[in-house]
Amino acid sequence: MAKTSVPQIKMPLTGNDAGAYAMKQVNPDVVAAYPITPQTELMQEFAQYVHDGDVDTAFITVESEHSAMSACIGAAAAGARTMTATSANGFALMWEVLYIAASLRLPITMAVVNRALSGPINIHCDHSDSMGARDAGWIQMYAENPQEAYDLWLIGIKAAENHDVLLPAMIMYDGFIISHTMEVVETLPDDAVKDYVGPYKPAYAMLLDEKPFTVGPLDFHDYYFEHKRQEIEGMERAPAALAAAAAEYEKLSGRHYGPVETYRADDADVIMVALGSTAGTARYVVDVLRDQGKSVGLMKLRTFRPFPHGEVTDALGKTKCVVVCDRVASFGAFGSPTFMELRSALYEVAERPLVINYIYGLGGRDTGPDLLEQAFEEGLRVARTGEIEQHVSYLGVR
Amino acid sequence: MEKKKGWKDVPLGGLIMEAGNADEYETGSWRTFKPVLDQEACNNCLICWIFCPDTSVLIEDEKIVGFDYVHCKGCGICAAECPKKAIEMVLDEEK
Repeated sequence: MAKTSVPQIKMPLTGNDAGAYAMKQVNPDVVAAYPITPQTELMQEFAQYVHDGDVDTAFITVESEHSAMSACIGAAAAGARTMTATSANGFALMWEVLYIAASLRLPITMAVVNRALSGPINIHCDHSDSMGARDAGWIQMYAENPQEAYDLWLIGIKAAENHDVLLPAMIMYDGFIISHTMEVVETLPDDAVKDYVGPYKPAYAMLLDEKPFTVGPLDFHDYYFEHKRQEIEGMERAPAALAAAAAEYEKLSGRHYGPVETYRADDADVIMVALGSTAGTARYVVDVLRDQGKSVGLMKLRTFRPFPHGEVTDALGKTKCVVVCDRVASFGAFGSPTFMELRSALYEVAERPLVINYIYGLGGRDTGPDLLEQAFEEGLRVARTGEIEQHVSYLGVR
Repeated sequence: MEKKKGWKDVPLGGLIMEAGNADEYETGSWRTFKPVLDQEACNNCLICWIFCPDTSVLIEDEKIVGFDYVHCKGCGICAAECPKKAIEMVLDEEK
């Protein structure tokens, strides 16, 4: 076990418990949230902390997720450290205001408990909610388990609030699979979290700054583009801010968080790419297949925005076949979002690997080791023959 | 013409740091019809001044002295609200 500068406190927590506990320790100035479904237990637990006086957050319950994000924007523009959470169709109802939070450069942080978008009506896990907002200007990180849900949210706050970045961040974890599953989570002491995130230093604060100014005015063809270019620059600087925040966090926790994480991938002929909880299943399958002498590995993609194209090409550039598993369909596109991004990142690699895509687990369809093994076997066949039969396939659909 | 600033030099996130600078935005160019006041018919009730969304009814000593054509968009609310029918909207031929 790595040496850490503060003691780690082991607690049995679900993903939702871990998220709520991180919020409690951060003790944000304002939380605005929609209190009814599709909101998750996370916010119920945080409301309990508010009720019990464990935090002194101004907790605003609103009539919709559109209003939740709007209230967060108002609070953040006023100069408050602001957090929220949502899921699925609630997330979809936030859509237009997500862009506004990012364009106003307000480092709001939000847990997104990944659940399928209706219709048909469904409440179980897939990534169709957050993947749809991949161009909204938010940092996006996918947690594999409750531990990462806790850790990544803290790292996300630090990176988002970095004045080189000033963009909101969302931390994703899989609905039910992570949100409702209890695991041992190592938490930091309250003081360590408080010191790590530090006092909030807003870039601007309508209620605190002495000179009045206007937030969110009309911005036409003469300057809109310049402001978007600025926003892009904020995202361009996010990798460095995330790396710095993760490095500092590693000293406290002993846990290292890069944008990608590989497992037995260095010499592998076939590397699977997965996000979220499926990475855990894939790691198990890698071990099973390695025991059979098969040359397979895993690359877990943790940070989707900003997309870590350099790390992706470093991790995958020397393999023969990449099997991209995505828990989302992008209708009419050539493959799923991760497939498209990753294949584009690999384009200039000298001997680029063949890339195949599996869409899996929509609407919470269970994706066990047998299905991932099937995908690995196809990857091995492609690596052996050098021929792709089908770029985009489906795992576990009848 | 003023040289416009590049992305490195504009305020963060589209903030306007200077209060009241909407005055510099000449919305008069949007206008098709302009309000013209009939001084004889006007009783200076100032209802037009109250209703004008662009503070373009010019007042001196509680009397209307004209319109701010640099900012008046020609919406015609003043003419519609005037109880004395003292404001006429006429085609702005200069445009």
